[in-house]
Amino acid sequence: MHLSKLLWKNAFRHRLRTSLTILGITIAILSFGMLRTVISAWYAGVDASSASRLVTRNAISLIFSLPISYKDRFRQIDGVQAISSGNWFGGIYIDEKNFFPNFAVEMENYLKLYPEFVLSPEQVAAASRDRKGCVVGRKLAERFGWKIGDSIILKGTIFPGDWEFVLRGIYRGRDKTVDETQMFFNWEYLNETMLKTVPRRANQVGFYMVGVTNPNRAAEVALAIDRTFKNSLAETLTETEKAFQLGFISMTEAIVIAIQLVSFVVIIIIMAVVANTMAMTARERIGEYAVFKTLGFRGYHIAGLIFGESLVITMTGCVLGIVLTYPAAKAFGSTLSNYFPIFNVATSTIYLDVAAALLVGIVAAVFPTWRAVTIRIADGLRRIG
Amino acid sequence: MNQTKPPIVRIRNLSKSYRRGSQIIPVLEDITFDIPDGEFLALMGPSGSGKSTLLNLLAGIDSADTGSILINGVEITTLAETELARWRSLHVGFIFQFYNLIPVLTAFENVELPLLLTRLSRQERRAHVETALRVVGLADRMDHYPAQLSGGQQQRVAIARAVVTDPTILVADEPTGDLDRYSAGEILDLMDRLNRESGKTIIMVTHDPRAAEKAHVIRYLEKGELSDASQ
Repeated sequence: MHLSKLLWKNAFRHRLRTSLTILGITIAILSFGMLRTVISAWYAGVDASSASRLVTRNAISLIFSLPISYKDRFRQIDGVQAISSGNWFGGIYIDEKNFFPNFAVEMENYLKLYPEFVLSPEQVAAASRDRKGCVVGRKLAERFGWKIGDSIILKGTIFPGDWEFVLRGIYRGRDKTVDETQMFFNWEYLNETMLKTVPRRANQVGFYMVGVTNPNRAAEVALAIDRTFKNSLAETLTETEKAFQLGFISMTEAIVIAIQLVSFVVIIIIMAVVANTMAMTARERIGEYAVFKTLGFRGYHIAGLIFGESLVITMTGCVLGIVLTYPAAKAFGSTLSNYFPIFNVATSTIYLDVAAALLVGIVAAVFPTWRAVTIRIADGLRRIG
Repeated sequence: MNQTKPPIVRIRNLSKSYRRGSQIIPVLEDITFDIPDGEFLALMGPSGSGKSTLLNLLAGIDSADTGSILINGVEITTLAETELARWRSLHVGFIFQFYNLIPVLTAFENVELPLLLTRLSRQERRAHVETALRVVGLADRMDHYPAQLSGGQQQRVAIARAVVTDPTILVADEPTGDLDRYSAGEILDLMDRLNRESGKTIIMVTHDPRAAEKAHVIRYLEKGELSDASQ
């Protein structure tokens, strides 16, 4: 026999109590994992950002546009490799609850900037050739059952009217961090329509997506772009795609902080629950620990038994919690795919789960161990009988 | 017959008191006596007389205020806590009133516990445990848990645990205090056999005159003082 066997047997001596404690830890780890995954999903756009892409927008605010005439001047700036104009379209498919991101872009240029959107060159060419052509992500196509050649009508919000598109391509993400719920259509279609209906809004773009030749020179290129348009009617603000995405997240920072706080509160609560269980356990077994000490076992043996038992309980709950996190995240992600297009359990979340469970197991055992180790043998033996 | 043997336990001027708030309560006062090797000694006396305290001091699980306890040449009152723990594991076998077996371990595993502190191999430990359980007559109950054994059988497992390391002295605190008359008789016979056949020095605290009858020597403790009465 080894003492680890005793440790395992001790952990399940009170089956109901241990089972309920494990259940509590499982729920806590599941909740912690889900909340951390929500935070990861919040930052999904940031994580998917490329260091070789810059976003140029109006320096005053994102809601102000930039002239399309800037595009040619971009190409003259050293370090700029590719460029695509783009507009947030904000169209609605049938009903507002069907929300998905949709953009007017220069199709070929834009898709070249995003090699992580995988689709055949034929589909890109078909989407570019057809003025009303559009490309959507795989998840979006699956959500509405769209197939190549289908007609899609969006109701414009920023650009009024009913807008008809023809699905010419469906992209897949190169990996699971790529958002497959977006729609892109030809900017020319938007611009031509604006020229006819609201001419003052024509030849304007919401942003420029700029590809740089060397990611290490991104900051330098961004400065060069903004310097180029200094003192013009529409000054620019250029930043990396990551900084641009972080700018959006900073608007909702309070929510992210609140979620983070709740995730830590969950861990603190379960820490108290496990500490209570371990305190009860150690109090009940104080006589046994005295017997162990009488037989010659030392303080570290007793500490090993209590810490080990605490860790067996917390790590069992942790493993169950982690196992359940994956199906729970899948169900949660598919239910809320409108809000969280990328909802994957990150490896770092699993590491955090394990670290939290270890912390709970260790902290919960500290006080009972101290009590069991420091109590006089004679006093401990008096607790028996 | 044991009086001629050299003492294995030498106690000199041993005193112990407890503090209760601001009050100091003396429990043992200036105790001096020897226990020869192979002795079966019974300590008797009324409740609160200091019997168990004296037993705890002899077993190294409590510390004296003053005085000396020399066991088999080792002055245990000067040993540090870790040295004392190691000394206990090698030289003292304990038999408790309530057996104090670990309920989630089998009889075999309970007896094996003290051997986990030794460098014996798994096979050697098994051989020692089987021998100890055979000595106490429980070779056929090795895989039974304490709850599956009677009180007498549990105490026999506890005795097997006490002797499995072949300790220098066996200390027993009311070993028959929780047993019926028949089982108590069996336990006392077993202890007597261990003393006679294996030459184990046994120090037993008891209230029971019938239990004390098995001992070679009976000493009485009253108000912290030891009388010389013996049989």
